[in-house]
Amino acid sequence: MNTSELARRDKFQFSMLLNDKRYRSYTFQFFALFVLICAMAYLGKNLLENLAAAGLNISYSFLGEPAGYDINQRLIEYNSQSTHLRASIVGVLNTLLVAFLGCIAATFFGVTAGILRLSNNWIVAKLMMIYVEIFRNVPVLIWILIIHSVFLAFLPQPKAFRGENPEATMLWDAFAFTGRGFYIPKPVFNDGSFIVIVTFILSIIGIFAFRYYARQKLYSEGKLLETRWTSVGIFFIPTLIIYFAIGSPIGLEYPELKGFNFKGGIHARGSLISLWFALSIYTGAFIAEVVRAGIQSVDKGQSEAAGALGMRPNFIMNLVILPQALRVIVPPLISFYLNITKNSSLALAVGYMDITGTLGGITLNQTGRAIEAVLLLMLFYLVISLSISAIMNVYNRSIMLKER
Amino acid sequence: MSEDNSFVRKEMISERIPPAAERGLVKWVRENLFSSAFNTIMTFISLWVIYSIIVSVTPWFLNGVWDAKTVRECYDLLDGKSGACFAVLKERFPQLIYGFKYPSSEYWRPNLATVLLLIALAPILFRRLPRQLLIFSAVYPFLAFWLIWGGSILTSVSAFLGCALAIICYRRFSSGSFAIAVLVSLIAANVWWIIGGYIVDLNKSLLALEVVPSRDMGGFMLNLLLGTIAVCLSIPLGIALALGRQSGMPIIKWICVVFIEFIRGVPLITLLFVANVILAFFFPPDTSLDLILRVLIMMTFFNAAYIAEVVRGGLAALSKGQYEAADSIGLDYTQSMRFIILPQALKISIPGIVNVSVGMLKDTTLVSIISMFDLVGMIRGPILSSTDWNGVYWELFGAAAAIFFVVCFSVSKYSQWLERQLETDKR
Repeated sequence: MNTSELARRDKFQFSMLLNDKRYRSYTFQFFALFVLICAMAYLGKNLLENLAAAGLNISYSFLGEPAGYDINQRLIEYNSQSTHLRASIVGVLNTLLVAFLGCIAATFFGVTAGILRLSNNWIVAKLMMIYVEIFRNVPVLIWILIIHSVFLAFLPQPKAFRGENPEATMLWDAFAFTGRGFYIPKPVFNDGSFIVIVTFILSIIGIFAFRYYARQKLYSEGKLLETRWTSVGIFFIPTLIIYFAIGSPIGLEYPELKGFNFKGGIHARGSLISLWFALSIYTGAFIAEVVRAGIQSVDKGQSEAAGALGMRPNFIMNLVILPQALRVIVPPLISFYLNITKNSSLALAVGYMDITGTLGGITLNQTGRAIEAVLLLMLFYLVISLSISAIMNVYNRSIMLKER
Repeated sequence: MSEDNSFVRKEMISERIPPAAERGLVKWVRENLFSSAFNTIMTFISLWVIYSIIVSVTPWFLNGVWDAKTVRECYDLLDGKSGACFAVLKERFPQLIYGFKYPSSEYWRPNLATVLLLIALAPILFRRLPRQLLIFSAVYPFLAFWLIWGGSILTSVSAFLGCALAIICYRRFSSGSFAIAVLVSLIAANVWWIIGGYIVDLNKSLLALEVVPSRDMGGFMLNLLLGTIAVCLSIPLGIALALGRQSGMPIIKWICVVFIEFIRGVPLITLLFVANVILAFFFPPDTSLDLILRVLIMMTFFNAAYIAEVVRGGLAALSKGQYEAADSIGLDYTQSMRFIILPQALKISIPGIVNVSVGMLKDTTLVSIISMFDLVGMIRGPILSSTDWNGVYWELFGAAAAIFFVVCFSVSKYSQWLERQLETDKR
């Protein structure tokens, strides 16, 4: 093969678009882009024709109009004269509330069950296995409905708390668990409470600073400072001193039985409680499996080696096993948190007004603005998902095995 | 050295049995239940939990009433005792399984379709079975369509022949370029379907079953229908998306990334809203896709995005040497994927794919929120709101949970078994 032949082979021919590896990818990409644009144009044309035929347009002005419906569980001021936008914000906050509570409780259930499943107590391990299998293999919607009806059926109604000899009593005169929801004391902030809160935040920063200082001391001078009780002390003492010095500015408003219902305090509706509990116990079963796999993934030699170095069991757990197990546990854990957030949209089934219930439910039905409402709804969930994924990527990079 | 060394034993004495506390059941109980104070407490707590569950559930279960017409009749029969109203399950059994509109004379059709489904799945699930059975698996989708939706068998036959024609064309041309083979087979199939449309119109009564429109499907049948179809369609789509995401072509890669991340970022319920109220806007004004089909489209997309991520994990887990080896023996992209990469990557992804698919089957209950009458929709809608069975929550939801548990648990057990079967590297 001489050079002129090589040159001729390299000269562009039309068939190379399909047969030459160098150009073929351009052909494919061009083709894919072309098909995509055509499909988009076709769908867009249909959309415009259908909208015109139905006399509709795309407009977000409905967000400024009064909503005209009431939301009983809310974190911010809202009444039926508020706008649809405000109703959506109430929904967003409700979604975030149940997701946040759910994540905490699910982690608690999951970690407990995951550790107990590895217990050397046969009966406990089997019980936890049954819990995990039962909850993992039944749809979450069925669990939400079952748990909702459990709460309705087994918790007493507020009227059961009445009378001389009531059927139900409040826990420490402060907590009432009723079929209509839970009533818990509400903190009341008077003058000066700001200073107490600032002191509290400062003392938490102080704990971290102290721990950092203790670690520096250990690394540079080899001195082991006592950290546990000092941390507890920093956590409580300054705040308590300031609290009593100013004269107890933060009080509690207790729920009280007035007539047929409780007044005062914070009222968490039954729908919130059952949704929260169902989501967290369902997701807890999945987290339990992840925790178990994470702990089992740490090689037995690691704990034996740590023991051979003379470390005490709690040091072995904290310094050797947990850091390695967490590397396996945390990424799926975060995706389960994401699942809780997404599954909280099933609030619709029990009548909890989250974003799907307000914007995607009543607002959509009242205004008939389906496209706009569903787009906004998707946008909200997308923003949450993508930002949590971004955080996860940063975390993954920070705990990645540093291979040198 | 004396001759008579009497305390040196000449033969071994037989082993004595361990002390009573160190053998058999006692040892097992001591080690597994009472090894420490904490363990003992845990054992007693667990026993108490088990005891209280048994004490409260057993009479409820044993006193269950199986023959009653309404919930009041049921309570009368129970006469204040704690007991279940299983009568509702018996009374409304067809509704729970087939929905309330499927003609009762035609129940044999979904039953037969389910049995045939198991037969069609068998050669795919168990590799020891004769390979010829796969032909039946290929025919099954068309047969099942005819059985469940009814109508003339010609529709199914024509659709099947079109697909068969496409495969024959692909085989014929696949020695040349992959793209050309695909193009030719697509054209051939579409030409056949256009011709087939006229043939079907000629004779509408050949082996015709009563036509059941999609909106009449309901009950657990609807869950199975949606779950099976969405899973089957989404596996190829998911693999294609995963390959697209791994590819070196930026435009294709970004189309796949945006699609996957978008679908994974939103809850299924919003996609079902899209299917319910928005999707119709995107089709030409005169077409009317029914709700089941629209829901199926969205569910397939949803599941495909998740399967794509699982398969991507499998592709990433393969060592780079496998890709390079395939390149170095001169295989092109399709060949290296078909013979080297995908068989290994899919094997790694099987547990993930099964998990996602079980999740899909569970998520089919969400269609009850857009007021379709699947198993949960039937319970929440027509049954619980009827005056006859108002307030019978436990029995109904318990039964629904039990049905789903049996199906999902056996599928996940199967995947664990398959994983062990496919374990080829015994290192």
